[in-house]
Amino acid sequence: MTQTISLDSKVPTGPIADRWNNHKFSVKLVNPNNKRKFTVLVVGTGLAGAAAAASLAQLGYNVKVFTYHDSPRRAHSIAAQGGINGAKNYKNDGDSIHRLFYDTVKGGDFRSREANVHRLAEVSVNIIDQCVAQGVPFAREYGGMLDNRSFGGAQVSRTFYAKGQTGQQLLLGAYQALMEQVGQGTCELHTKVEMLDVVVKDGRACGIVTRDLTTGEVQSHSGHAVLLATGGYSNAFYLSTNAMNSNATAAWRAHKKGAAFANPCYTQIHPTCIPASDEFQSKLTLMSESLRNDGRIWVPKGIDDNRPADQIPEDERDYYLERIYPSYGNLAPRDVSSRAAKRLVDSGHGIGPLHNGVFLDFSEAINRLGEAVVRDRYGNLFDMYQRITDENPYNMPMRIYPAPHYTMGGLWVDYNLMTTVPGLYALGEANFSDHGANRLGASALMQGLSDGYFVIPSTISDYLADLLGDPVVPTTDPEFASAEAGVSDEVQKWLSVGGTRSAEHYHRELGKIVWDYCGMARNRTGLEKALSEIPALRSEFVTNVRIPGDTSVNQELEKVQRVADFFDLAELMCRDALDREESCGGHFREEYQTDEGEALRNDDDFCNVTAWGWTGQPGEPSKHVEPLEFEYVKLTQRSYK
Amino acid sequence: MQLKLKVWRQDGPESTGRFETYDAVDIKPDMSFLEMLDVVNVRLVESGRDPVTFDSDCREGICGTCGVMIDGQAHGPWKGATTCQLHMRAFRDGDTIVIEPWQSAGFPIVKDLMVDRSAFDRIVASGGFISADTGSAPDGNEIPIPKPVADSAMDAAACIGCGACVAACPNSAAQLFTSAKLAHLNLLPQGQAQRFRRTEDMVETMEQFFGSCTNHGECHEACPKEVPLDFIALMNRDYLKSKMKNRKLAGQVFP
Repeated sequence: MTQTISLDSKVPTGPIADRWNNHKFSVKLVNPNNKRKFTVLVVGTGLAGAAAAASLAQLGYNVKVFTYHDSPRRAHSIAAQGGINGAKNYKNDGDSIHRLFYDTVKGGDFRSREANVHRLAEVSVNIIDQCVAQGVPFAREYGGMLDNRSFGGAQVSRTFYAKGQTGQQLLLGAYQALMEQVGQGTCELHTKVEMLDVVVKDGRACGIVTRDLTTGEVQSHSGHAVLLATGGYSNAFYLSTNAMNSNATAAWRAHKKGAAFANPCYTQIHPTCIPASDEFQSKLTLMSESLRNDGRIWVPKGIDDNRPADQIPEDERDYYLERIYPSYGNLAPRDVSSRAAKRLVDSGHGIGPLHNGVFLDFSEAINRLGEAVVRDRYGNLFDMYQRITDENPYNMPMRIYPAPHYTMGGLWVDYNLMTTVPGLYALGEANFSDHGANRLGASALMQGLSDGYFVIPSTISDYLADLLGDPVVPTTDPEFASAEAGVSDEVQKWLSVGGTRSAEHYHRELGKIVWDYCGMARNRTGLEKALSEIPALRSEFVTNVRIPGDTSVNQELEKVQRVADFFDLAELMCRDALDREESCGGHFREEYQTDEGEALRNDDDFCNVTAWGWTGQPGEPSKHVEPLEFEYVKLTQRSYK
Repeated sequence: MQLKLKVWRQDGPESTGRFETYDAVDIKPDMSFLEMLDVVNVRLVESGRDPVTFDSDCREGICGTCGVMIDGQAHGPWKGATTCQLHMRAFRDGDTIVIEPWQSAGFPIVKDLMVDRSAFDRIVASGGFISADTGSAPDGNEIPIPKPVADSAMDAAACIGCGACVAACPNSAAQLFTSAKLAHLNLLPQGQAQRFRRTEDMVETMEQFFGSCTNHGECHEACPKEVPLDFIALMNRDYLKSKMKNRKLAGQVFP
């Protein structure tokens, strides 16, 4: 199936600071009494999904919300630790909406839309207010005012936080707002169901097909619009900081129904995670970036140094971030810090039993502030570290190494968050829009909530207004019947393979390929190798995987469908990485680097978004390009020195 | 390490369950408890048997999805940790480990070690929120909140909704869960307008699903976030007050 894909970004014109306001004025509205005539389906209950579902239900739309978790509160937004940015300038340190906008465009290595990022920065202040009103217990100072801390990639303190559990508290705020609507009957909640297809009729998204993970029942749901807030695809790497169940299936199935997938090669490798310890590891654990406020990162100057950290004298330590990037030091952005760690580990300076990490050292902070203050700031993170590694970070430095954490790529959306399929929207990490080629710390929570609380409630009416009076497409329509049949056939196909290896085995093998060739550094030879190895492994996977059991509760069946989609998506990631012949942000092609080993952009040929269309076969996508223009932030070589 | 697992297997909510014994061989002390179960499950799948169904997601102790009884203790032997945070160095080579699901009428068994905790969502839906529709908020610094109050609210809000409190309670009571949500919202100035309505609604919804509290304190011992018992006292006090405050003509209410 080949669709015509047009990438009309619908970015408003005019002075950048007025664009969002002008746009809100220019969109069509649905009057309050008519809102209840529209049904909106929301898939996913993380920050973006829960915020959107709650806000749309408050406005009076009929909302149905779907999650594969047993409760909306379990979405992986809950695991975000560090904080959320807001351009409040409460610290009087020179922050402003324009500065947050500037930092985010620059931090994204000039590969995002200026207008989107400016809107995000504007809305950031409303998000903080909204969350406080809902009772999010942000950290306070003794005078009762909100506290802030600094974060990577910024020279001001604009990050609001709730201990090391900011994501949890923000998600609980959105979840509670959602549950209020569920309790009032304005929003219908479906838990333990997985979306397996988007239904498109006459070129418009008109519903979804789900599978009930408890009963196995395949069901259709129709709506006037479908919102996907289904997160990112870091689990294509197998080992990542994402949750075990985080997957790309909803986004990928939407892609197969005509939604273009943008910049899949933009993946973020977070610099501070606990290094892998053995081959049975099921996931990697993030240590919040906020630790870099007080921790100093170093490696031994010598090669293969096996001495414990406390026996390495000060003059034999290389505090490489402070050395290379004196003005940002340990707060250099994530992509820059991760690559620096990789360079040092690759050149033999790695520490720990497997020589696969660098030190994050708090001894200086403990001497300066005292252990009690450090415990107050980071106690829960230190405890978490100790439980996993059996090492006490108050006495010896943490061992850390970069790990896949976030994906900037995702479904292509216009300024209204609509994908290339009319009526189908993508929110939060599932879309590609605001972070360019690299996301700054404390910006994911901001973007998820921005999309959910403030953007979609204002933009969705522009589409719905034209549908006034049209009933939803009934689930008895042949389009639904054929989508349902497709899902049931797929389930039966997996149950009848009868091979010898688990889905887990193939996921792990796939992850190794993606990490080795499409991880922190990529090159043509490696990517070409990946593009031949992935299809080969896939053909073994589809004939040799073993799925026991039946269609009722069956976690292996859930997994195999997700792994199958990761195969296709991984191939597209590699193809995109091969196609983008430059380095930018999280996409580092070894062929394109400065003399100092930093990312070297090619603005003449690649100052654009690449959006890929599905043509019916993985490996044969159609390529579409949206040019990016920079009027307010000058294109420069990023420098954090 | 070589271990024996005695695992509760049950096909569905109405089925009769049974213990089955599995060998967990070549287990490393650095594995997490759930990674150990993953290894056992992969071996079961690849030898043509049905793997053990258990819930887990974030594997870093924050989502509240995982949770089983390990040798009779909710989330196992480590204090202040979820099942996914427990590591195998807590056990000794040759140990037999008994693994069971949460047991409470309020949490029907779905399959094996997986239970249905939707009763918790119903308690929240009945009042566990501050009504502040999107867009209606004043500036975040408009209402100063004393740091100790914000910190206490945060201690209460740390609850992850895993259900260990109910599983550990001899009465299957959900007081610790409910009181944590109430304390989070009732302590904050923003939560005052709905304080007593919220308390009455949440407590009464809780009682439809769960048993009564008789102050054993097992919930706090099992709680991976170590939510304090004091919140139950606060809830009881607010519930009593709510019976007088929730009157149409009571006017402005103060704590």
